[in-house]
Amino acid sequence: MEKAEVAKKIYELVEKSTGKKKLKSSDIQKTVSAEAGVTRDEVKDALRDLVDEGKLIYTYFGGSFVEIPPKQ
Amino acid sequence: MPKKYQTPLLDELEKGPFPSFVTEIKKAAEKSDMAADELGQLEKSYRDRRGYGKHGGIVGVRGYGSGVIGRYSSLPEEFPNVANFHTVRINSTSAFFYTSKFLNEMCDIWDKYGSGLTNMHGSTGDLVLLGTNTENLETIFAEFSSRGWDLGGSGSALRTPSCCVGPARCEWANIDTLAINYAITQEWQDEMHRPAFPYKFKFKTAGCAVDCIASIARADCSIIGTWKGNIAVDQKEVANYEKGGMNIQEEIVNMCPSKCMSYNGKELSIKDADCVRCMHCIAKMTKALKATGEKGATILIGAKAPFVIGATLSWVIVPFIKMEPPYDEFKDLIRKMWEFWDEFGKNRERIGELIIRKGMREFLEYLGLDPVPQHVKEPRRDPFFFWSEADLAK
Repeated sequence: MEKAEVAKKIYELVEKSTGKKKLKSSDIQKTVSAEAGVTRDEVKDALRDLVDEGKLIYTYFGGSFVEIPPKQ
Repeated sequence: MPKKYQTPLLDELEKGPFPSFVTEIKKAAEKSDMAADELGQLEKSYRDRRGYGKHGGIVGVRGYGSGVIGRYSSLPEEFPNVANFHTVRINSTSAFFYTSKFLNEMCDIWDKYGSGLTNMHGSTGDLVLLGTNTENLETIFAEFSSRGWDLGGSGSALRTPSCCVGPARCEWANIDTLAINYAITQEWQDEMHRPAFPYKFKFKTAGCAVDCIASIARADCSIIGTWKGNIAVDQKEVANYEKGGMNIQEEIVNMCPSKCMSYNGKELSIKDADCVRCMHCIAKMTKALKATGEKGATILIGAKAPFVIGATLSWVIVPFIKMEPPYDEFKDLIRKMWEFWDEFGKNRERIGELIIRKGMREFLEYLGLDPVPQHVKEPRRDPFFFWSEADLAK
């Protein structure tokens, strides 16, 4: 699977969870690698790109989570 | 001109022989509005007996999930200059060696973009910069990274590894703590900057069992230098210690935890097979005793202060491992531990807590390690062995 597709799946998963459950990076890695049939390293790699691009951010609320940045 | 606050309660903390953080904040408050408001808010906290700071949230620098801890005042109208008072953690050097050039630069940057207050060093080991606002974070990061520095760890990530001074200045070091610390830092950059663990994870490396960095009490993974050979004894120096007033029987022999030493008034003997390498005798009689033979490290896991069961020291997992570059055996072991933690750990559960919950047996099985006597949790408190009255009389 192309990296862009993995990134899309990650973003969709985070978007779907917004307001319901905060996802940790490891939750995303486990879920997307199982669903997309890719390795966790590939998911990590795509997740890193999304964070570098500012499409997703890390937050801290008693633990570190990955979320969609708030709209300015 | 920064606002001046009356601080009768904080002033009490300036009395006595010890350095006072209040005095330091007051110095910074002479030229920093942020430090002045911090002082005012702190006084109010002491007066009202409650904290007015909140932490967490979404601040950070682009691409990183660690290194910046968002801190906010819950009284922003009253103390507007500390409405944002974020902490920045800079990855410290191994054993905290800095050049004066860097320290000057660091202070200049922090006076310009922050409160001017620092914490050298935080208990994690980072160089901590206290108090800045959200708009300055990217600039601060750029200033430091352009000089070759990086942010440290925070959140559910690998925290900035730290080590004792090791062979840089200490003759007891059995391992190159500085090199190990640097190798760990370089190997797991991703784990430090992009939080993916169930909770925090700390490495601390000590060159010997004196454990100046207190790794056994503070680190999820303690790496403590040890040796396999005998303790070499220089009997002439032993005699010199006695001449100098040392009571060898009381201060050395009787203090040996495994009772492997004896002294007949002329000669100090050591039954090395019974020695547990605690370093007490070597630390007391530096000129007379020396560790010899193969050097390496003991790997321990799981220390944490506020467990439900109370403060917990780390547990021996590997009694002896060679610690030489590229440290592959050690790195593989750690990855396997993290895999176990990732598989079974709950959110905000430290690896030590997980081992207590799941059991050491399951942990060892997962790692593929055979149980060895050194895995016993508390020496001489083996719950499967019962001393009889007759044994105790001996």
